[in-house]
Amino acid sequence: MHLAYPVVLSALLFCTGLYGVLARRNAILVLMSVELMLNAVNLNLVAFDVWLSKATEETLHSGQALTLFTITIAAAEIGIGLAIVLAVHRNRGTADIDKLRDTAERPERSEKAEASA
Amino acid sequence: MSVTATATVALAATHHHPSLAAVETRGFLSPTGVEIAFLLVGLVTFGAAIVTVTTRQLVHAALWLVVALGGLAVEYLLLTAEFIAWVQVLIYVGSVVVLLLFGLMLTRAPIGRSPDADSGNRWAALTVAVAAAAALVWVVVDAFRATWIDLDGPAAGSTKITGESLFQNWVLPFEALSVLLLAALVGAIVLSRKANQEPDERKTPTAATGTTPATGPTLATAPATAPPAADATVPKPAPAPAEEPAPAEEPSPADAPAAPAAAAAPDPSEGGLR
Repeated sequence: MHLAYPVVLSALLFCTGLYGVLARRNAILVLMSVELMLNAVNLNLVAFDVWLSKATEETLHSGQALTLFTITIAAAEIGIGLAIVLAVHRNRGTADIDKLRDTAERPERSEKAEASA
Repeated sequence: MSVTATATVALAATHHHPSLAAVETRGFLSPTGVEIAFLLVGLVTFGAAIVTVTTRQLVHAALWLVVALGGLAVEYLLLTAEFIAWVQVLIYVGSVVVLLLFGLMLTRAPIGRSPDADSGNRWAALTVAVAAAAALVWVVVDAFRATWIDLDGPAAGSTKITGESLFQNWVLPFEALSVLLLAALVGAIVLSRKANQEPDERKTPTAATGTTPATGPTLATAPATAPPAADATVPKPAPAPAEEPAPAEEPSPADAPAAPAAAAAPDPSEGGLR
């Protein structure tokens, strides 16, 4: 198989994920686009590992090992990311990343906390 | 993998290195069966990815993501990386997409078309993505114009080969990764639980919202109870017993690489239930 097939598909998938990350407004859709980008990288790693493992005699199969590590880290990332998105949704009432512009608590919440304290 | 007739003839006729013998019979305009299959599955995968990032129906985006990730699993199979293909099916299609669907439900994503799925900088994003795609495709095609993957012979990614390399050469990163998974598990639990201690400290009397389940919610019952619970939690969070998530998550971290997503699956949902 020509190496260009998997590599070009990987580049196209990566740029699709890039568009999704930049253009989407819902935080969970952004996470889906990040998954697409990670999968594009995985396809690249597998293609180069298969090419190099057949081209050379001694190999560590580092591409496939790294792909497994990437898949595992992506799973951990999606768990943590969804927990963060749900916490933000609980506190702010929205998962719209265009509306999440303040880096601190909103003033009415702090006033309420002062009043209760 | 399927072998073309010309390649087998070349392999049988010459006793040189197989890749050198096969290179002579290859050409751009005579794609092999594997290449045609890769191209077709790649078109389906790319189309599903495009629909995933452009559709206005949020749940449909998650379901098209299943098509894209499953197509990538088929591409791994065509590249003879069998173990990675099944890991992809197990973790991505099996649990990551389920997690994403849970997240969509718990954040009360609108069912049906949502007009504001894309932000205002869509055209800037499209420009950046098209420019990056053009640059990347041009660079990689120019760099690997005369490079061929030799798919004949034993599979490069069978379970035996992958396991040997993983547990002989990559044991230390593997163990470090298991510690990282444990940290991610604990982090997800802490993230879900920190917000729940807040109403306890403020002592808001909202115990009347009786949507907290008595036992730990299973995956089947969680979607049914999710929307009213999310309705109740956003204005005033209901205090819930903190011991609930523990029995559902304790058995999971001892499992295989499929454990992270499966283990992380209950905690966002349970965090949102309260």
